[in-house]
Amino acid sequence: MKGWYLEKGPESDVVISSRIRLARNFKDVPFPFKMKREDGKKILMGAKKAILKEGKENSDFEFIDLQQLNPIKKQILVEKHLISPNLAESQFESGLIVSSDEKVSVMINEEDHLRIQCIFPGMQLNSALEICSNIDGVFEESIDFAFDENYGYLTCCPTNIGTGMRASAMLHLPALTMTGYIKNILEACGKLGITVRGLYGENTEALGNMFQISNQVTLGQTEEEILTNINNIAKQVIDQERILRNELHKQNPFRFEDRIYRSLGLLSNSRIMSSEESFRLLSDVRLGVDMGIISNIDIKNLNEILISIQPASLQETFGRPLEPDERDIKRAELIRNRLTGSNS
Amino acid sequence: MLCQKCHKRVANIQFTQVINNNKIVIYLCDQCAKDEGKFSIGSPLSINDFFSGIMGVPYMASVHQQSDLVCNTCNTSYEEFKKTGKIGCADCYKVYGEKLLPLLKRLHGNVQYNGKIPEKIYSQVKVSREISKLKEQLELCIKNEQYEKAATIRDQIKNMEIKKHD
Ligand SMILES: [Zn+2]
Ligand SMILES: [Zn+2]
Repeated sequence: MKGWYLEKGPESDVVISSRIRLARNFKDVPFPFKMKREDGKKILMGAKKAILKEGKENSDFEFIDLQQLNPIKKQILVEKHLISPNLAESQFESGLIVSSDEKVSVMINEEDHLRIQCIFPGMQLNSALEICSNIDGVFEESIDFAFDENYGYLTCCPTNIGTGMRASAMLHLPALTMTGYIKNILEACGKLGITVRGLYGENTEALGNMFQISNQVTLGQTEEEILTNINNIAKQVIDQERILRNELHKQNPFRFEDRIYRSLGLLSNSRIMSSEESFRLLSDVRLGVDMGIISNIDIKNLNEILISIQPASLQETFGRPLEPDERDIKRAELIRNRLTGSNS
Repeated sequence: MLCQKCHKRVANIQFTQVINNNKIVIYLCDQCAKDEGKFSIGSPLSINDFFSGIMGVPYMASVHQQSDLVCNTCNTSYEEFKKTGKIGCADCYKVYGEKLLPLLKRLHGNVQYNGKIPEKIYSQVKVSREISKLKEQLELCIKNEQYEKAATIRDQIKNMEIKKHD
C-alpha cells in the first residue's frame, strides 16, 4: 500500500489528515456539466500534457483514464479520498492524475475542470497548500485559467469562487463526542465561517468520532488568511479534546481503560465485523494508542486499517467480489491479522 | 426585507456604497430609490446605472425589464442557475453581473478578491488593484475638500491606466 496514511504527521494524536483542494477551470470552455464531449477530451488532453512532461521532475505523476477503469478500482480511489463519489459515477470524459505516493491528485472534469488536491497526515495544511500551489503553477505554464480581477478564480459553484480553495482537516474527537461538548464546537465553528461535519456519517452523526473541519469562505480572504483562521480554530479544538481526554481518564481510569481494552479485544477476536462496529471500536483503540495506554500498536497501522476495511478495498485485498455478509467476515479477518501483526 | 428608509414597502433595490474599503449595503423600495435619486458614491457603475445616468430615467426600471438573462457562450439562463445553483461558464459571471452580488455577499461576506494571482497576468492585475486603491483615496480627498491632493492622485491614476494598457 502507499499513501499519506503510512506516515505520522504533527498533532497526530488528534488530527488524522490535512487536505487542500484548489478548483480551477480553463478559460473559454464551459464548465463540465455544460460542455460537449469534445470539450471534455480537450480538457483531459490539456491537463495531461501540462503535468506529464517527459523527462521532467513531474514524471512522478500517472494519468488514469476513469472511463476505462472498472467500478471496484474506481471505488477504491473513492475510499482513499483520491476522487469524489461524483467523479466515480460520472459517465463523462473524466480522469485522474495522481502522484506515485498518492499524496497529490488532480481530478479532471469533476464539478470544475480541475480539482488539485494534496493530502498529508496530521496537521499540515500549510505544506499541503505549498504543494498544491506548485502544481497550480505547473498547470498555469500551459493553461489559461478562468480568472476575474474582482472575483478571482471562477468556479462552477459560487461557494468556491475566489481562491477556489477548500482546506480541511480530519479530526478524531472521541472525548468531545462522549461528553457532548462537540455540539458547542459545531455551533461555535459555524459562527466563525468554518464547517464541521461527520466524516462518514450525515450531519453530526460521525462514524468513528471523525470530523472534518473546513473553510466556508473562499472570496475576500487570502489563502494565508483562510489557513490561519482554520489552523487557529483547529488548535483550540485539539486542545479541548486533549484536556477532556485526560479529564475523563483521571475521573475513572479503570472504566476508561476497560473500554479501550474491551474494544481491542473485540477487534482482535471477532469473526464477524460490520463497518459501523469496526469504526466505533477502532476509535476506542486509537484513543488508547494516542494516550499511550496501548503501546504495541502504531497509529499508521490504524490509519491503514481505516482505509482497507471499506468495501471496495476489502474486495481488492481478497481478490474477488464479496457479498455484504461475506464482507463482514473478511473484514473481521483483516482486522485480526493487522492488529495481531500476523501476515497481510 | 423592508425598505430601510420608509420601513413600509418591501425593499427590492440594493445600493452598494464603498467607504474606506468597507462595503455598505442599503436596501430600498422602488419609491424611495427614485426619491433618493442618486447613485452611491464609489460603487462601480454598471451599464444600467450608466445609461440611466445619461438618459435621466430612473435607472432601476431597466433592471426590472431584463427578467431572464441568458449567457450566449453556454446558453445557461439566470433562472436555470437559480434552480441548480451551478454556473455554466466563466462568461455567466459577467452576464449575471450584479445579480450575483447578494448571493456572493451572503456566502463570503466580502466580495472583493484578495487571493493568488496567476503569474501570467500578475503585473496587470497588480496595477488594477493599485488603481482602485487610488480611486478610493481620490474620493476621500474630494469629500474632505483636499483638491490639490486629489489632483495629484488623479494624475497618478491616469499614468497607471496608460501603463496598464501598454
Ligand atoms: Zn421605502
Ligand atoms: Zn455561460
